[in-house]
Amino acid sequence: MSQPFAKLPAWADYGLIPLVNLIVAFLVAGLVVLLVGENPLQAAVLMVKGAFGSGQGIGYTLYYATNFIFTGLCVAVAFHCGLFNIGGEGQAYLGGLGVSLVCLAVGNLLPWWLTFPLAILGAALAGALWALIPAWLQARRGSHIVITTIMFNFIAASLMVYLLVGVLKPAASQAPETAVFGPGGQLPQLGWLLQMFGLKVRSAPFNVSFLLALLSAFLVWVLIWRTRLGYEIRTLGLSPRAADYAGISQTKIIIITMMISGALAGMMALNPIMGAQHRMQLDFVSGAGFVGIAVALMGRSHPLGIVLAAILFGMLYQGGAEIAFDMPNISRDMIVIIQGLVILFAGALEHMFRPALQRLFGRIAGSALRAAPVTTGESH
Amino acid sequence: MARAAIELIGIDKRFGLVHANRDINLAIERGTIHGIIGENGAGKSTLMSILYGFYQADRGEIRVNGKKVAIIDPNAAIAAGIGMVHQHFMLVENFTVLENIMLGVEGAPLLSKGIAKVRATLRRLEEEYGLEVDPDALIEDLPLGLQQRVEILKALYRGADILILDEPTGVLTPAEADHLFRILRKLKEQGKTIVLITHKLREIKAVTDNVSVMRQGEIVATLKTKDASVEELAELMVGRRVLLRVDKGAAKPGEVKLAVENLTVRDNRGCVVVENVSFNVRAGEIVGIAGVAGNGQSELIEAIAGIRRAVSGKVTLDGRPVDVTGRANPAELRQRGLAHVPEDRHHMGLVLPFEESENAILGYHDDPRYLKGPFLDIEAIRADAQKKIAQYDIRPADARLKTANFSGGNQQKIVLAREIERDPSVLIVAQPTRGVDVGAIEFIHRRIIEMRDAGKAVLLVSVELDEIRSLSDRILVMFAGRIAGECGPEASEGEIGLLMAGVEKKAAAE
Repeated sequence: MSQPFAKLPAWADYGLIPLVNLIVAFLVAGLVVLLVGENPLQAAVLMVKGAFGSGQGIGYTLYYATNFIFTGLCVAVAFHCGLFNIGGEGQAYLGGLGVSLVCLAVGNLLPWWLTFPLAILGAALAGALWALIPAWLQARRGSHIVITTIMFNFIAASLMVYLLVGVLKPAASQAPETAVFGPGGQLPQLGWLLQMFGLKVRSAPFNVSFLLALLSAFLVWVLIWRTRLGYEIRTLGLSPRAADYAGISQTKIIIITMMISGALAGMMALNPIMGAQHRMQLDFVSGAGFVGIAVALMGRSHPLGIVLAAILFGMLYQGGAEIAFDMPNISRDMIVIIQGLVILFAGALEHMFRPALQRLFGRIAGSALRAAPVTTGESH
Repeated sequence: MARAAIELIGIDKRFGLVHANRDINLAIERGTIHGIIGENGAGKSTLMSILYGFYQADRGEIRVNGKKVAIIDPNAAIAAGIGMVHQHFMLVENFTVLENIMLGVEGAPLLSKGIAKVRATLRRLEEEYGLEVDPDALIEDLPLGLQQRVEILKALYRGADILILDEPTGVLTPAEADHLFRILRKLKEQGKTIVLITHKLREIKAVTDNVSVMRQGEIVATLKTKDASVEELAELMVGRRVLLRVDKGAAKPGEVKLAVENLTVRDNRGCVVVENVSFNVRAGEIVGIAGVAGNGQSELIEAIAGIRRAVSGKVTLDGRPVDVTGRANPAELRQRGLAHVPEDRHHMGLVLPFEESENAILGYHDDPRYLKGPFLDIEAIRADAQKKIAQYDIRPADARLKTANFSGGNQQKIVLAREIERDPSVLIVAQPTRGVDVGAIEFIHRRIIEMRDAGKAVLLVSVELDEIRSLSDRILVMFAGRIAGECGPEASEGEIGLLMAGVEKKAAAE
């Protein structure tokens, strides 16, 4: 009798609960908008229009979503192993170094489709290596991965400032950024994809790395649920003692999982650097690593959920920028508040409405059973 | 008829689709010991949780001493004079006995008055019931039998007239259990009412006046204990005839398959919990390790199975050494024919959120027959699981169902099927029937004996003395990390009980 509540059906678990959380988040956000003297309905319309109302809006929304898919996958893979990788931010930052080095080296020599695989490799490798040290410390020394990955974010930030100011900056430049990559270091845009639907993209930096993000999501699904390694990762994540019993090496799995996680974060750098700016700028990650945590939570660590949650957050970013532009009382910081509320309700308070919903479902199921004259008899 | 201390009238409780209690009517006479028996999941714990205010009944009413009461939480239960001794003790380990008893009823911001009152009450209770315990001892220093006594004192201190004990003897040696029963009888003589929840039929016979049998959420019978036989009660519990003794022929021991020599193992805190243990298990015999839980059995098994590194000693499997102090690995040992049904199936033997088929390969997931390169061969895995489900009559017969949704008995069958169907040469089985219903116990015991008859070496660890005695061909008793003695299956319960309590063999044999 260890289950005082009815189990929720899958659609309620994966659909209804996130939806309820999201609605509550938007309601509270609406109150905040009301508080600063703007019309929340108008703001909502502006946001949706800004994110999905034009080809350019959609382009930007998907561009942001690309970042969040990568960082969301990074967090999710670690989650499946029972690890909370907060270091996506730093791993993505280092990933930028990998991309830039490849693009600076061969951007003028090779076409983009040859540079791209090399850049993927560079990004993934740099991100993975940045995750390796915290992983090793966790696996071998028991240093908590949350603490070490947070610290590694700061180290990454300092390291990159040093590199961008001192080493990678072209001699004549005043800005802390690398030189612009040659044509091989610039990814083609995906404007044509949206144009097929009759949308005009204009300047939106929507590019090929979006497709790579979708492919990565699929590959993560295959990894977690269809490979032996994924089986071992899940076993360790759900029950470390069962992993010991099964003879699965915790050290090995923790290190491999964190490196995969770091590699996914690192690949995020492809999108802004190779796909949009064609050079590495200071602070290009700008919080995407942290948003990845909310995306993974909201997407239930499932690649499909992550893609959807990433698009939602892409909408918040793009639509939020539109609101800030059109409503004088709403500043850029207000948008951060709204995003924070979504993270709060969808992520941190994920389970707040669960007991109530479970009771509701239990009651519905119970009365349905009472209505039907069939007894369960021996069957349970 | 004496007036009832507790009357339950039409109690009904559902958890979603599970109908845990169906229209329960039960009267417990004042000044009696009333047993409630039933298999796991029969609804005993739910009923008692309703009585103690953890859950609310959907329908029905509770009367205490003839008066209708609403028991909305444990405080209301205590106010109504109901006390509960839980199966897992609710004590603060690093508090003293006195502090634990006082917890929640300190009386004032400054403790001195409360302490004096507790001391006085404890002295009185000691005189009245023979419940002696040192009030200043730390809980963590007390043996489990005494900790349980503290729980009883806690309830009495709060003025309990009606005492509910949930599976109280699970952690006790036979002698400690006897002592508990003496205390219960004394409490009864003083007019207290006692409700004893258990699945051990012999305890019911030993100590209760009346007994109610629960099955599938219903009370199927309430009888005077002296009128009911153990067989009759078992049949009522399961709903069909059960074999309480296991039929088995004589063992035909062959060569030594598993040899353990001077094994010493530390626990997670670094204490030596297995000290210089030596024994061997031959092909075609079942060696049982008896003992009260926590005397090193768990660590011994983990060391042999390669899960825990031993400090020193030697283990030989099929004539070849196992590197138990170094690189022994459960995966490698499995390949060498060592199967292990762990005692903790919830955290070790199974991954509960996994679907059944995924658990059916746990530990064997490296086997090429489940793989296509680095990928899992989902179809092969499910087909294999479905085959085992049929062979072991695992219900529901759905390889894709989440393992947490199977009952304890069926979960245990999943583990057994996985380990036995590998045709190992040595099988280690720990607590094979813990939390398993009577029907499945029979099945599991039969499988273990079949393994023996097929010439496998079986090492059985159990805290259930009955189980050890009915299955084993040789019995080793563990106490405080050592083998306290060895005896045959014909040894009396008293003899084994003394060894379990740490009395040396010489003293034990007459």
